[in-house]
Amino acid sequence: MFRPSHFAAVVLFALFASVVFGITQRETPRRMIRYGIYCFVLFVGSAIVLSWVMFLIAR
Amino acid sequence: MATEPNKSAGAQKDSKHGFVYLPLIAGWLVPGAGHFLLRKWGRGALLAASILGMFGLGLAMQGKLYGGARDMLDLLGLAGDLGNGLLYIVSRVLGLGADQVMVTTADYGTRFIVVAGLLNVIAAVDAHNLRTGRKA
Repeated sequence: MFRPSHFAAVVLFALFASVVFGITQRETPRRMIRYGIYCFVLFVGSAIVLSWVMFLIAR
Repeated sequence: MATEPNKSAGAQKDSKHGFVYLPLIAGWLVPGAGHFLLRKWGRGALLAASILGMFGLGLAMQGKLYGGARDMLDLLGLAGDLGNGLLYIVSRVLGLGADQVMVTTADYGTRFIVVAGLLNVIAAVDAHNLRTGRKA
C-alpha cells in the first residue's frame, strides 16, 4: 500500500492535474507549458498558504 | 523538403475522416486514445501518463471505487469514477480498490480516482474539439 504524506499527495495531485490542464486549456506547446507550471504553482502555493492560515487559526 | 508539409497535411486529413465522435468516445474509454487517433502522440502520451498515474496511485492508496449511489455524494463520486471509462470497468471486474475507506491515505486515493475520471473527461472533450477543428 502506498502511503504518501499529505504534502506529497498534494504535490502528486497538482502535478497530474496541471499536466492535463496545460494540454487541454491552451493551444501552443509553449503556452501549454507556461499554463501547466502556473497551475502547479497555484495548487501547491494555495495548499501551503491555507495550511498556514489553518495553523494560525488553530493556535 | 517540399514533400514533408504535404505528407503531414495528408496524415492530418486522414485523421479527420470517419465518425466525428470517435476521438471523444475512444478518449473516454482509454485515456489518451482520442489524441492518439488524431496523431497527437506527445499530448496523448502525457495525458495517458497523467490519468493512468493518478488512477493507479489512487488504487495503490486503497482508494474506494464507487459501486452504487446511496446518497447525493455517492452519486457524484460514481459519476467521477465513470469518467475513467474502461479503467473503472476493468478495476471493478478485477475487484480492485477498497470497499470502505479505513485510513486517511485511502481517502486521498478515493479523490485521486474520482479526479482522474474528471480529468479524463476533459481530455476526451479536448480530443473532440481537435477533431471538429474548434481547437488547433
